[in-house]
Amino acid sequence: MNESWGPHDIGGQTAGPIDLGEHDIAHWEWQIDAMVRLALKKGLISDFAELRDGIEQLSADDYDRLSYYERWAKSLAYTLLSKEVIIEQELNDKIEVIRARQEAEGLR
Amino acid sequence: MTGHDDHDHGRTFQPDHPEPTSDGALVGLALRELLIEGGHYTAEEELAVIAEMQGASPENGGKIVARAWTDPEYKKRLLKNGKNSIKELGFDLEPYEFTVMENTEDIHNVIVCTLCSCYPRALLGMSPAWYKSRNYRSRVVREPRAVLSEFGVDLSDDVDVRVHDSTAELRYMVLPQRPAGTDNWSEDDLAALITRDSLIGTQRDLSTK
Amino acid sequence: MSEPRFSVGQRVQIADRTPPVHHRVPSYAKGHVGVIERVCGMHANPERCIRGDGKPFQRIYRVRIPQTDLWAPYEGPDGDKLEIEIFEHWLELAQ
Repeated sequence: MNESWGPHDIGGQTAGPIDLGEHDIAHWEWQIDAMVRLALKKGLISDFAELRDGIEQLSADDYDRLSYYERWAKSLAYTLLSKEVIIEQELNDKIEVIRARQEAEGLR
Repeated sequence: MTGHDDHDHGRTFQPDHPEPTSDGALVGLALRELLIEGGHYTAEEELAVIAEMQGASPENGGKIVARAWTDPEYKKRLLKNGKNSIKELGFDLEPYEFTVMENTEDIHNVIVCTLCSCYPRALLGMSPAWYKSRNYRSRVVREPRAVLSEFGVDLSDDVDVRVHDSTAELRYMVLPQRPAGTDNWSEDDLAALITRDSLIGTQRDLSTK
Repeated sequence: MSEPRFSVGQRVQIADRTPPVHHRVPSYAKGHVGVIERVCGMHANPERCIRGDGKPFQRIYRVRIPQTDLWAPYEGPDGDKLEIEIFEHWLELAQ
């Protein structure tokens, strides 16, 4: 079989049994999904292909470790950073603000 | 459960789905706050998009199937040009080409998107977790019969299995076989029989209960 | 809108290349031969969507490949098929 060209290119690979469990989508995941749709609608990204590309750029480790919507979030961040819609400093600052808030609220 | 946090951008608490604390999720939460603060979209727009997504369900696909079962001419149109035919029922998936694959005595169809998780969400609702999983995406193209067995679908060699990998701009739905004993049923009653998994192809037989 | 290069029933080969850009051809299908099952419409070319507008649009075809050609061994009868959508610029007539 040809070599896979990215962490997403997995058709035909050996893998384990399928988890048939129904997993509810969490509210924050709906929010990530909505964010991507709105990014498209508002022209921050021009095509869903940009989101897929961002996911394909993830390292194999990240791809495995991150959940579905975490991959979407990372991909969108990567794309918007490279288009300079946001800058790295403000993203990192905001992550720290949220982290601090969560700690203060005993969530972490 | 979306009412509490209209203007409190960071708060996403739900009793059974607490706010996530993983690094990956924090990127998403942070990005969201930046985009809302930056005026790219509003919390209200977000709620509207979520409501629209939550409004879609496999019932939509079920209506299309029930119409196809009861109206042979519609079924022909649907199989030939799904994109236009669903518009007759008020659905629209443009720019994607909605494509319907018919199960028969001799053919069983199953859908996957190996490269990501493309799925006709407006017609089937959100995709199940397993559809998006590594194990489904990697295995169903290579060993569909073994995968189908895990879903309780065991097929003899008399039935051909066709796997459809949604690699570009088509979006698929399986047209399941109409169960026996439903000859005079109304469209609504028929639609109620149809399950999400039968529309993806991981269920073949629909019981008449 | 351009005329389709291929028609239903023709044997085509999927290119075996890996451009350094987002593309929608899974590795397992590259280089394989199949039959055109359906001629579809014109769509934005994914390889030109990142920082581009996807133009010129390219036609998509559904290509049907016998599973026994793709996998060795394949656990199933000869009639089992895999069907995928491929853009025109990835296809050539098979020898």
